[in-house]
Amino acid sequence: MTTGTTPATTGSADVASAVAETLSATSATSLLRFATAGSVDDGKSTLVGRLLHDSKSVLADQLEAVEHASRSRGAEGPDLALLTDGLRAEREQGITIDVAYRYFATPRRRFILADTPGHVQYTRNMVTGASTAELAVILVDARNGVVEQTRRHAAVAALLRVPHVVLAVNKMDLVDYDEAVFSAIAAEFTSYAASLGVPEITAIPISALLGDNVVTPSAHTDWYSGPTVLEHLETVEVAHDPERDVARFPVQYVIRPQTAEHPDYRGYAGQIASGVLRVGQRVTVLPSGRTSTVTAIDALGRSVAAAWAPQSVTVHLADDLDVSRGDLIAPADDAPATGQDVTATVCHLHDTPLRVGQRVLLKHATRTVKAIVKEIPSRLTLDDLSPHPEPGELVANDIGRVRLRTAEPLPLDPYAVSRRTGSFLLIDPADGATLTAGMSGDAFAEAAKATRAAAKDGAEDDGWDF
Amino acid sequence: MTAVADVAGGTGTDSTSPSADRSRPRALSHLDALESEAVHIFREVAGEFERPVILFSGGKDSIVMLHLALKAFAPAPVPFALLHVDTGHNFPEVIDYRDRVVAEHRLRLHVASVQEFIDRGELRERPDGTRNPLQTVPLLHAIETNRFDAVFGGGRRDEEKARAKERVFSLRDEFGGWDPRRQRPELWQLYNGRHAPGEHVRVFPLSNWTELDVWQYIAREKIELPAIYYAHTREVFRRDGMWLAPGEWGGPKDGEAVEVRQVRYRTVGDMSCTGAVDSDAVTIEQVIAEIAASRLTERGATRADDKLSEAAMEDRKREGYF
Repeated sequence: MTTGTTPATTGSADVASAVAETLSATSATSLLRFATAGSVDDGKSTLVGRLLHDSKSVLADQLEAVEHASRSRGAEGPDLALLTDGLRAEREQGITIDVAYRYFATPRRRFILADTPGHVQYTRNMVTGASTAELAVILVDARNGVVEQTRRHAAVAALLRVPHVVLAVNKMDLVDYDEAVFSAIAAEFTSYAASLGVPEITAIPISALLGDNVVTPSAHTDWYSGPTVLEHLETVEVAHDPERDVARFPVQYVIRPQTAEHPDYRGYAGQIASGVLRVGQRVTVLPSGRTSTVTAIDALGRSVAAAWAPQSVTVHLADDLDVSRGDLIAPADDAPATGQDVTATVCHLHDTPLRVGQRVLLKHATRTVKAIVKEIPSRLTLDDLSPHPEPGELVANDIGRVRLRTAEPLPLDPYAVSRRTGSFLLIDPADGATLTAGMSGDAFAEAAKATRAAAKDGAEDDGWDF
Repeated sequence: MTAVADVAGGTGTDSTSPSADRSRPRALSHLDALESEAVHIFREVAGEFERPVILFSGGKDSIVMLHLALKAFAPAPVPFALLHVDTGHNFPEVIDYRDRVVAEHRLRLHVASVQEFIDRGELRERPDGTRNPLQTVPLLHAIETNRFDAVFGGGRRDEEKARAKERVFSLRDEFGGWDPRRQRPELWQLYNGRHAPGEHVRVFPLSNWTELDVWQYIAREKIELPAIYYAHTREVFRRDGMWLAPGEWGGPKDGEAVEVRQVRYRTVGDMSCTGAVDSDAVTIEQVIAEIAASRLTERGATRADDKLSEAAMEDRKREGYF
């Protein structure tokens, strides 16, 4: 394998500086969760392998194992894709069958990569990977440009509201590093993704196989002045200001020691789902609707005046209300509406279909309630975003609109407002299987905007809604 | 409310100065983000399961797990018992540590003993003397007899490629088996702990941590570890490219020479398959520096059982190993 950036044969000075770098970066580095998506032969595994390899995140024994496995398959050099295909069936069939999580770090940032398979039948896996991602890398083959699968990936990123999207135009070496080819693909993709409401798109010309613009800038693309993939991952601004979000605190667990030392202690433990909670704040507890005041916040052993998402904390209230797991604490003047009718976009995950009339469990934040599928108004064709009305059922990997009726009122935010309190799972009450992933409210960001505008005008406007 | 002083350890200064820097939202450091996520996982299990238990080997990952559990429920005690699967080939320092921790935090400890199963004839010693693979039977027996429905493990997805595919909540069938094709997808932070009677869920709160994260967290939180994690002189002998400690488990054999070296351990497991590495790191800063510069993974450097085949870990997990 030819590469200009094999892990350095480190002299002791290099080791010392690497150690110093790592140590100085240890305490306060930020964490970026991102997902990759690409079609089968777009070179996604090679890109991931290249990122891990060139950022020196592959250690000698792992590389040795890959070299050994590559040789036993008759390959000449190490196949970097083997770094990420871990299961027997994957190695035997040469495919990726499930989301895997990879970890690597640079002095500037730590990364958790949800490595999602590209097969059409695994849309659910991209949905899974994108659900926790702050950034998605979508690969296209420079020779093929934007294809159906690319549009599908862009649509999933838009649906899941992944804040940043990187378009990696791969195999630039096979189109002579032609700027015009890259620009045309970037323009087509950007216009499509922007129409879905993807807020930020960065297009990068790369060759994952040869390492162009993945970790090191390419000498073949002097017309490109943007960042390499790694540089972008290291510097993209993901520190989202929690002040801009409304506070949501799902109660996970009530801490009541009832010991001689703490006879009256009663704390509500949970992870702040969005926004900021402050001591002195007036809050409402849902679904009861009773109000109280935050008297103290314990941030894992430290008493603080304010805490924000995604901190795990314990909250104390002034009044002795009946609060238990499943309740939601929100600002008294900005609490979500509660209701038993849920309209949502869902991705069906399970091999048995979701049908009208089906009884399910709905898990939202820390609460699980009974629900019934009342209606499936449409199924979405991700390729062209056209709706199929009244499909009757959704099968695995289908994305569609669903209306549900829940047994108890739920404080469900629109997914556009909060990925955390606007999402839910449907669970099979018989065997506990996870059936469906749901996002409440409008499907795409543009649709949400259109609907809000329409609501203001008092007019009907379906926008992108399907 | 009196709780303020309690949880703050008497320094509730922040709550009286809202303009203090700490009250201005900023991005969490990666360690704070990982800690917050792990605590969330512990509390989900406490809220959703009847009889959870923490697998505790006395190794650094299970020690960090316990530390996080203590934080998650403070000032109340950890609402879970510990389960130690005792291979009978333990490092004495680790057993000593285990017993001290249990006493200090007034925890309940279950011990599942490989030796007892061998003595009863329900397990047979392997020709290579390693007992690590034998742990699965006593583990599953303890889970079944105690009716544990959630079992915390310190496994991390960075350890091994089969573990990279593991869920945070991992459903196991009534035989304790793991089927990678039947895994539930996990979305957002919505963990699904539903299971049928007889099934249980393995829970991995450190899924997203790397070896370096664990060490940095140990340093930040000043967590005490068994002494074998730091460099010390010890009698060792060479087998399959690793330094193993001699002991009643059957080492060294003929032709294996014992020598005294300065070593430390990167992992703690059965003495028969856990190798020591040459080291002069006696402080945690030196350990972190050593790991940051290492060109070998933790398991690649020190675990013989993973070297048995390309899919050794996956195969053991399918049988019920954690």
